[in-house]
Amino acid sequence: MTIHADHSAPETAVEDHAADVRTKFGISVEDYMLPARHQIQMVNPDGTLRSHDEQGTEPGHEYPTPSDAELMAAYEKLVVGRRVNDQNSALVRQGRMAVYPSSHGQEACQVAAAMCLSEGDWLFPTYRDAVAVMTRGVDPVEVMTIFRGDWHGGYDPKEHNVGIQCTPLTTQLLHAVGVAHAAKLRGEDTVVMAMCGDGATSEGDFHEALNFAAVFHLPVIFFVQNNKYAISVPLSHQSVAPSLAHKAVGYGMAGERVDGNDLVALLAVMDRAVKLARDGSGPLLIEAHTYRMQAHTNADDATRYRPDSEVAEWQAKDPLARMKSYLTDKGLLDDEASKKIAEHAESVATQLRDGLGEDVPVQPLDLFKYVFAKPTPQLKEQSELLASELARAESADNTGNTYNAGTESAK
Amino acid sequence: MTVTTTVNGNVSAATASAAASAAATAEATGPQSLTMAKALNTAMADAMRNDPSVLVFGEDVGMLGGVFRITDGLMAEFGEQRCFDTPLAESGIVGMAVGMAINGMRPVIEMQFDAFAYPAFEQIVSHVAKMHNRTKGKLKMPMVIRVPYAGGIGGVEHHCDSSESYYAHTAGLKVYTPATVADGYRMLREAIDSDDPVMFMEPKKLYWSKDQVDLGALRAEHDAGTSTEGRAAVARPGTDATLIAYGPSVPTALAAAAAAAEEGRSLEVIDVRTLVPFDDETVCASVRKTGRAVVIAEAHGFASVSSEIVARVQERAFHYLAAPILRVTGFDVPFPSPKLEHYYLPSVDRILDAVDDLQWED
Repeated sequence: MTIHADHSAPETAVEDHAADVRTKFGISVEDYMLPARHQIQMVNPDGTLRSHDEQGTEPGHEYPTPSDAELMAAYEKLVVGRRVNDQNSALVRQGRMAVYPSSHGQEACQVAAAMCLSEGDWLFPTYRDAVAVMTRGVDPVEVMTIFRGDWHGGYDPKEHNVGIQCTPLTTQLLHAVGVAHAAKLRGEDTVVMAMCGDGATSEGDFHEALNFAAVFHLPVIFFVQNNKYAISVPLSHQSVAPSLAHKAVGYGMAGERVDGNDLVALLAVMDRAVKLARDGSGPLLIEAHTYRMQAHTNADDATRYRPDSEVAEWQAKDPLARMKSYLTDKGLLDDEASKKIAEHAESVATQLRDGLGEDVPVQPLDLFKYVFAKPTPQLKEQSELLASELARAESADNTGNTYNAGTESAK
Repeated sequence: MTVTTTVNGNVSAATASAAASAAATAEATGPQSLTMAKALNTAMADAMRNDPSVLVFGEDVGMLGGVFRITDGLMAEFGEQRCFDTPLAESGIVGMAVGMAINGMRPVIEMQFDAFAYPAFEQIVSHVAKMHNRTKGKLKMPMVIRVPYAGGIGGVEHHCDSSESYYAHTAGLKVYTPATVADGYRMLREAIDSDDPVMFMEPKKLYWSKDQVDLGALRAEHDAGTSTEGRAAVARPGTDATLIAYGPSVPTALAAAAAAAEEGRSLEVIDVRTLVPFDDETVCASVRKTGRAVVIAEAHGFASVSSEIVARVQERAFHYLAAPILRVTGFDVPFPSPKLEHYYLPSVDRILDAVDDLQWED
């Protein structure tokens, strides 16, 4: 391994960046770093394409429309994502999963975050980003293991370069920064997608991660899904910044806000962000405006903190209906294609039902197996203790020893 | 702009000469007088020479060489890609190290002082300690978090905490603390080699302690794969009672044993060396032999490593005990200001008083 990247050039970094931006976009570095005056939106909620001058773009914030092939592939993932969300919520109701934080309503963000990446890139998701993890290629049943309750993580992060879904808010953003830093030191062109929500931007690690990424000039895209609520607390209680994307300029990176229910705009913005990051422009912050259509989890009651009318308003902005209507009007999607996609989605749902319906026996001794790479004598002792308890329980079963088994069998 | 590993145009003549002296130390063979600071420094330099994935970063560790100069000369020798200063944010330092460990590096990071590491507590407890378990070993955390800790240097508030119990209590962390110059070298090398995360607790009052050590022999020992993990050392053999100590308390225990010898009492001193994993065997063998024990630690006694040691020994050696195991620890008060620390820290007198209380009349 050769370590050879220049990771910080303190004296010249700011001037280099400004010159780079002037060359690329013909605007000042401040105009580049500040988000466009309006969120980037390409398709209206009714599925009609916005005219170019309505798209919220301005110099330095112009985005080409993604290719038809990319849009169709993304639409398929979107349909699958929605089906998976709803299947999982059903599995929770049936008691097959302990909990599922659904991204229903946010699927366009989920799909775009994963699809804009290349194979060698990394994704660092939160607990609500299961659909993004799947879209990246991780086996759906392995993704859901964390919610089924037999282990804290079900997939190998290195197989598809996806960090374990993270629960402590924004702690994973720093891991994203470290992965990008290591790659940069080796001269690799890895881009890292770091995901979090709007409430999470209040956490200290959010600040530290953005600052580290900017100071070391790392190719990390911080992708904030602003779904308006942190469990019950609205965004106005988290931040009074003009927008979350505006936070970027304070760190010396570019920020942009985008309609998070408009998959076309999302892909356009994210694709460009990945390209810029890969080309050495440093980190970026993207805020997607979306809405958590369901409660935080099945344990939450959303009617206590938001009116039904607000939910209905966002229902009309649904990312699926919008994309379907846009692609149909564009002549890309017909009944036959729709049917095929629906069948694919159903097959993934079946896979989940089969995989999660099955009772996988837990391995109690695994408790001790993975704590350390090099085990300690103390854990070996404790493992032997549990093993002997298990053996005693088994032999009691086998010998019909019913001393502790209750009166029913004693009779 | 691309800069190679070993050459860096930004380094000053001063740091370049520091590198030269580091290299000279590295070449020396035979016993020589060395401080623990230099032993730790040499351990990092040797590890960095052997493995390009070893990186050193933290606050002031680059050009300055660390506030205690433990990383002196590393940036000059290995370039600012492999030894560098970060923004002033401990959670950021540890969190970034987690990502680097995920992506093939072996970070050796410095928390400037014990109490300055607390902002990183969430990263350490929720990720550093759990990543290997959570991913069933798919992601290893080969990282070392160096923490200059404990008192005895007249430090101001927040600079003298004994924070080892927090880490020892956390499943998934290994906790090392050297008490001798030679152990400074061998234990830091082993920590850097380890695929498990190691909290490396450096007794800051021992940074300037000196000893005759043979670096050539220590390197050969390292290359032969000799391990100190989970192996306590008998720092001084004795027959009448056992003093169990670690890190900054080992020299105090040795001084107490020397004083006791003058009064005709033979005390054995055990240097625990690695708190996690703990060497039950060596510690209990000593107590079975002597029948009496005092545990010495600077940290508050309540719910601490010292209480764990007492519990473990009495569980395993109860019938060999002629007296209850006693402890000499810091009081359960916040670490005191410089003029008061003398009253707080375990002292030779307090240790000898505890030894006197071990029911010798029976």
